[in-house]
Amino acid sequence: MNLRQTHLSRGKFGKYGGRFVPETLMPILIELEEAYLHYKEDWDFRDQLSYYLREFAGRPTPLYYAQNLSRKYGGPRIYLKREDLAHGGAHKINNTLGQALLAKRMNKERVIAETGAGQHGVATAMACAALGLDAEIYMGTEDMERQSLNVFRMRLLGAKVHPVDSGSKTLKDAVNEALRDWTTNPETTYYLIGSAVGPHPYPTIVRDLQSIIGQEIKEQILLRERRLPAALFACVGGGSNAIGTFHPFLDDLDVRLYGVEAGGRGVETGKHAASICAGSEGVFHGMLTFLLQDVYGQVQPTCSISAGLDYPAVGPEHSYLHSIRRVEYASATDKEALEAFSELSRTEGIIPALEACHALAHLKKVASKMSKDGAVVVTVSGRGDKDVEVVAERMGRGV
Amino acid sequence: MTIIEETFRALRERKEAALIAYVTAGDPSLEYTPRIADALIEGGADIVELGIPFSDPIADGKTIQAAAVRALNAGTTPPLVLKIAERIKNKHGVPIIVLTYYNILYNCGLEGFLGLAKKSGVDGVVVPDLPFEEAEDYRKVAGEVGIETVFLAAPSTTKERLLEIMRYTSGFLYLVSLFGVTGERSSLPDSAIRLVREFSAYTKGVIPLAVGFGISRPEQIRELTAAGADGVIVGSAFVRVIEQNCASFAGATDKLTRMTRRFKMATCQGNKPD
Repeated sequence: MNLRQTHLSRGKFGKYGGRFVPETLMPILIELEEAYLHYKEDWDFRDQLSYYLREFAGRPTPLYYAQNLSRKYGGPRIYLKREDLAHGGAHKINNTLGQALLAKRMNKERVIAETGAGQHGVATAMACAALGLDAEIYMGTEDMERQSLNVFRMRLLGAKVHPVDSGSKTLKDAVNEALRDWTTNPETTYYLIGSAVGPHPYPTIVRDLQSIIGQEIKEQILLRERRLPAALFACVGGGSNAIGTFHPFLDDLDVRLYGVEAGGRGVETGKHAASICAGSEGVFHGMLTFLLQDVYGQVQPTCSISAGLDYPAVGPEHSYLHSIRRVEYASATDKEALEAFSELSRTEGIIPALEACHALAHLKKVASKMSKDGAVVVTVSGRGDKDVEVVAERMGRGV
Repeated sequence: MTIIEETFRALRERKEAALIAYVTAGDPSLEYTPRIADALIEGGADIVELGIPFSDPIADGKTIQAAAVRALNAGTTPPLVLKIAERIKNKHGVPIIVLTYYNILYNCGLEGFLGLAKKSGVDGVVVPDLPFEEAEDYRKVAGEVGIETVFLAAPSTTKERLLEIMRYTSGFLYLVSLFGVTGERSSLPDSAIRLVREFSAYTKGVIPLAVGFGISRPEQIRELTAAGADGVIVGSAFVRVIEQNCASFAGATDKLTRMTRRFKMATCQGNKPD
């Protein structure tokens, strides 16, 4: 069995994915695909990427045995993949370094990106500063207000931040605006997309670059446990840390895979961002995938305490893995995520990003039903320092 | 011969280019759309293009984005737009095309959407985010239903792609004049004229070539038709008139008619070479 599709026919995962973009971008995406297929086999490119991942981003990140949490839950041994310790405080740097290096090889000096919470914007600004590229970041004005610290960080790193005032003024509108910019300047500009979403070849590029997470988990867990984990847990917004975690394990059918979406105030309230759990198929941002839309196909606003999961669609490979039931998708509410935030902070001395708290919350629900004998891994996609203000507000305290 | 082909043929005989007038249906609300269409047709529009608003119009600039927001806020839905199309068709008999994004079709189902469009008197469909690589089912269903599929070409389109797109497009070929999104430009880049010259060499005698994006002045229309365009598509210029007259709509229809007339005259003055 081979579920780890590496060469795609027309960029389709089953029927999902594809390339639904204006004609202006089609030749540009084909050029990008050719460049990517070339450089991913190029030893010099790969050496350069490993150098930056090691020396700049601080990889490999540790696989930490969460002894206290394991004891508390009384289930399997729990390991945390510490993407929070990567440079910038999240897994985002794995992707931005790879794509920024690709942009450089393609002689594009201007890089544009979208950002929601600001993590991808910061990671893009860091990679571009390190590699001498110009970075311009699109960000919804609503998000700029919620994440003013990240706006400051991006500017400090030399990036230009473009406020986006259209639509819901959040991540999806920032993607729209970045696509419009790219349509206007396709020959000089590289669009550095932040998750495993968008038209082909982006979902594949981002997945390949993030797969270092799962590859490291596999090596590290085999050293520690001498066998594969019983299950992996990761949060899913666009789904880049999750696909990076899962992909190297897709053919290991004994490893259960859990992708956890943002349940917001509860999936039944309609105020959430759970595209797979509560959405339907549609075409959005260049891909056929699950998304949140009304009966006529108008894309709906989302709601989550975690800005990084606040996106109305999901990467097409997740839609495929859902359709063949290889990955089990669930959701966790804002409230459950907040509980996990406090719990991990207190029990293990690690403040996780609110995104990752969704994965931790689901682990809590299923841990007691799992065999004590095995081990499980949760990807802590980022650190929670960026979230303390939001959390304090919800707890009714100032920082 | 379909009505769109016949329209282009008759215009060619008179040495005119086609004026394709775009407005977003339901902007500022649906009851105005038939009156707006009346005004455009009175001014001389040869083909009416109705946009079905979509929440995330990535090929559109600020003006048409704002129109989509107004239309959606006014409760505009795809079936309601098609009903309006039917009214316009019954009243005027002009060719009508609709432009919308692929998710609207996908959500409704291709048979459902294209079937209803055909029944409503729509002659052709433009889907700006559907490249030919993804359009196999769409073309098949449209062929069965008997509705034209207008595909787009762009400045980045290679010769090989252009020839392939020409195989799939019907009614006309929609040439995007420049790198970018829709919206008025005070002057078109020289590259737009070069592009029309270059592409019309391939399309001549095969399929009508209509140019859109950025066109908002009569002199631009004269330049483009002189360079070989068989038609021009004007959208944002009309939508801006609607936007500026949202509060009291009375004067808008006269302004639209006058604007259309100026553009239509320009399509007759392009000294279109044979």
